[in-house]
Amino acid sequence: MSYDVPRMAGEVDPELGGRRTGYPLWEVFVRADRGLTHVHAGSVHAPDAETAIQSARDVYTRRNEGVSIWVVPSSAIRASDPDAKGDWFDDDKPYRHPTFYEIPEEVGHM
Amino acid sequence: MTVTTGQEAFDTLIAAKQKIEPRDWMPEEYRRTMIRQIAQHAHSEVIGQQPEGNWITRAPSLRRKAILVAKVQDEAGHGLYLYSACETLGVARDELNELLHNGRQKYSSIFNYPTLSWADMGAIGWLVDGAAITNQVALTRTSYGPYARAMIRICKEESFHQRQGYEIMLTLARGTEAQKDMAQDALDRWWWPSLAMFGPPDDQSPHTEQSMRWGIKVETNDQLRQRFVDMTVPQAQFLGLEIPDPELAWNEERGHYDFGDIDWEDFWEVVKGNGPCNRDRIAHKVKAWEDGAWVREAALAHAAKRSAAAEPTANTVNAANTVNAANKELS
Repeated sequence: MSYDVPRMAGEVDPELGGRRTGYPLWEVFVRADRGLTHVHAGSVHAPDAETAIQSARDVYTRRNEGVSIWVVPSSAIRASDPDAKGDWFDDDKPYRHPTFYEIPEEVGHM
Repeated sequence: MTVTTGQEAFDTLIAAKQKIEPRDWMPEEYRRTMIRQIAQHAHSEVIGQQPEGNWITRAPSLRRKAILVAKVQDEAGHGLYLYSACETLGVARDELNELLHNGRQKYSSIFNYPTLSWADMGAIGWLVDGAAITNQVALTRTSYGPYARAMIRICKEESFHQRQGYEIMLTLARGTEAQKDMAQDALDRWWWPSLAMFGPPDDQSPHTEQSMRWGIKVETNDQLRQRFVDMTVPQAQFLGLEIPDPELAWNEERGHYDFGDIDWEDFWEVVKGNGPCNRDRIAHKVKAWEDGAWVREAALAHAAKRSAAAEPTANTVNAANTVNAANKELS
């Protein structure tokens, strides 16, 4: 449902520190069907892996969205530096792509 | 490579209608606005279980009961997708719970109205979920990636919610006089609060402009409200029910329905906490949270004990089990 509750006069946003208590966070990966890879679906809080898988099933596969689930402790995920994207992911080698090469039409599909 | 500041990179992404992702630099005010909106949305889904949960034990048939259970379960799921999205902005689930419980974060006022008859299950699905879909379809294009992804998922599921509601209304409208009256009564009570769900008129929404510039909102409150009215009036006509607005009329020139003024005083009273059910909704939520405390403690103690037994030196939660399970899966 929906929900942009308008601001009231004098409303102040609470300070949020991201302090983590309670159940740890798990990242959920779901395989939609045999032959496909597991894809990130979201996350769940759970006390252990078994419960995380159970919750992931309830939260992310209520309509046949998957045939297999992985859960990984969120704290175990390591990510590339988001600010380094220029150096890391720049595509400056067009000759790696098939469209770089001109093949005469007479040759047909290649 | 040119060196760009965070602000420049952010502005470029917004201008190109690209998504902002959790680890991107973003203005502090963007982050706050996003947290507030996603948290409210999540809270709305969670509190939204209560008005409908109220009728599960009294659903008129096993079919209706199974559907209602599935719908309420969806609302819980939607709340969880959204909390998940909100947590990517650096807030913790427990903080969000606490802010809902102590009233510092709000949820949609629509859930502060009572569900007095079975027909309310029809009216909520048809009108409240209908209004929600109108809003949420627009939000699938919102600029924050995790929020947009949650919206896409939610929109796919909401369609069932609206259709099952309309089916209930249709069944009642084709039933006995008493059933038809019940449907009309539900429409009478839910129509105006549903229109108010879209929020104050554009000229009284000081934050809309900034939210539009940041791509958080892609359409204004009034645009969405008009779309909802235009879509819903013919549906009401088909049911043979009357929308409780004497000013409602097709405007040939505008190509839209004109409609009467919303009672914003009543709306603000409910936002401030003085609606018919505000206190009950939060009291019920807090009680459920507190009643569940021993379960959460026991589950954590059990996990710690099992983890210690499996790996005496490790004090982290079961990471090894996960790896083993993943290996098994891969092999």
